[in-house]
Amino acid sequence: MTVVAPERAGRRVNPVSAALLRRTWLRTTLLLSPPLAWFLVIYLASLAIMLVTSLWSVNSFTQTVDHTLTTQNFHQIATGAYPTIIGRTVLLAALVTITDAILAFPFAYAMARIAKRRTQRLLLVAVLLPLWASYLAKIYAWIAILEKGGTLNWTFSKLGLPLPNLGFTNAAMWIAFTYIWLPYMIVPIYGALERIPGSLLEASADLGGSGLTTLRRVLLPLALPGLVAGSIFTFSLTLGDYVTPLLVGGANSTLIGNAIYDNLLTGGNLPLAAALAVVPIVIMVAYLVGAKRLGAFDAL
Amino acid sequence: MTGEHPAVRLRGVVKRFGDSTAVAGVDLDVGHGEFFTLLGPSGSGKTTLLRMIAGFELPDEGLIELAGVDATAVPANARDVNTVFQDYALFPHMDVISNVGYGLMVAKVPRNERKKRSEAALDMVRLTGFESRKPAQLSGGQRQRVALARAIVNEPEVLLLDEPLGALDLKLRQEMQVELKDIQRRVGITFIYVTHDQEEALTMSDRVAVMDGGRIQQVDTPFRIYERPASEFVAGFIGVSNLLERDGRQVTVRPEKVHLVTDGETPPAGAHVEAGTVTEVVYLGMVTRYIVALDAGGNVTALRQNVETQDEDTVGLRGRRVQVAWLPEQAYEISSAG
Repeated sequence: MTVVAPERAGRRVNPVSAALLRRTWLRTTLLLSPPLAWFLVIYLASLAIMLVTSLWSVNSFTQTVDHTLTTQNFHQIATGAYPTIIGRTVLLAALVTITDAILAFPFAYAMARIAKRRTQRLLLVAVLLPLWASYLAKIYAWIAILEKGGTLNWTFSKLGLPLPNLGFTNAAMWIAFTYIWLPYMIVPIYGALERIPGSLLEASADLGGSGLTTLRRVLLPLALPGLVAGSIFTFSLTLGDYVTPLLVGGANSTLIGNAIYDNLLTGGNLPLAAALAVVPIVIMVAYLVGAKRLGAFDAL
Repeated sequence: MTGEHPAVRLRGVVKRFGDSTAVAGVDLDVGHGEFFTLLGPSGSGKTTLLRMIAGFELPDEGLIELAGVDATAVPANARDVNTVFQDYALFPHMDVISNVGYGLMVAKVPRNERKKRSEAALDMVRLTGFESRKPAQLSGGQRQRVALARAIVNEPEVLLLDEPLGALDLKLRQEMQVELKDIQRRVGITFIYVTHDQEEALTMSDRVAVMDGGRIQQVDTPFRIYERPASEFVAGFIGVSNLLERDGRQVTVRPEKVHLVTDGETPPAGAHVEAGTVTEVVYLGMVTRYIVALDAGGNVTALRQNVETQDEDTVGLRGRRVQVAWLPEQAYEISSAG
């Protein structure tokens, strides 16, 4: 049997295409090298510089950076006001993450499993649209709602209730953060829930499982990777933010981000700022390792 | 009293999805311990009917009784029926033994008994030793067995099976057909089995309901469904059937009952004989299929076992004048209205 038709055999083949077709490794390398180069140079290199910088110090007389390696910055972080600031930041990030998870799960469930296709698309747009609005515009909106003469106090006074006075407090930060990062929690949970075949939920009911049993034994375990992915966003984004505390926070609302900012720009202590920046990284690594240990990624 | 009631009783069951009617009024009684098959083409309403018995869909009209108790509005988790799903629906995050024991765990059966019963169910489907595997680590046939064990372990009144062998290859499917039938005989649970495969339905069932257009066309034993089809649809859907119009009557004859009579052969005594021309010869290994255009109108398919076939002389019959013959008692008149 003739395999190649004569008129096709003579057709000229692009030599580049031919070379790529036969070499899988070449294709993989070509596709991966631009993002990999970006990642190595911009991200990992600056991370390495930051880690080295955190081991330098500032000469208190000359105000110049001393390049001898020392753990002095980390000693400083472990004392004074810093443990309180770190504790506050982690607590707030955890609180925001939990609140977002509680708000996002039912919403994502309704979106993924109950809503008709049209409503589903509409809801997805509604979730993603706020991400296009400026971060600052959203923060100022929350100031207008929460401040003394704001919408919230006005509503409460009209209802004859005691005024909440949430403006410029840690509670205000909690509310603003929860609002701003909510889409980052909804989308991954939605993705996870949408992928669960409906027959699994039917099977659970068929075997006698109540709605609550199905939620606990089937839905939650299978949605866990999405939940963890979302929590990585909400947790790390809160951990590194310094704008929201400045704008909606009060006197006791300093977070790690603000401490870094202050040391960098007003304190002129670059090594200490770098050492402070290491803290959220360590916390995130611990968080991911913990999540992995608990089997959060087993269903992936 | 319960013994006198059928395991499943359906009366006037109707289900609509928007403008289309999936199930258009079904009355059905399925007895205890029966292997009952709902057979029909896709879109005939058989799966919808099964899902209503399971409780995943609620009927728009009609009554569903399980062992004499009205279950029309009872939610799925409170019905004494279990389902083997087409895609098996095994929980991917649980190992095999946890999957099998899920129903017992929900029912708060003590751990020891749960373990014993789950292991017994796994033994029944010949999967001992696979307890700690995850579904992803199993082959299609093994997943199918786990799904079966997970349903049977609860000892339900009725087991519903939604094309459970559809995803398996032919050989495995035929093995599982025999095994399923054997398991059903041993546990004595009522099986309601949905399939579009007529051979599967004939092989396994005590009774078959042939469905089309949301209605049941015929309920009968496999033998009678095949030999005495009640309508043109049933005759055409179950196996290959010859439909001929003679003297204004619709007559059907199964191909294996049509004798092909070539030169020098004599038709069987008392047979109805017609002359025609062979238009197509299809060699199928075990048998050869001949399509004969009859002089009196219509085509007839005849099967001949390749018992004495020499070389390729069978194919040589194409275009030849032959006679076809069948015994009058092998031909049945059917109502064309069906």
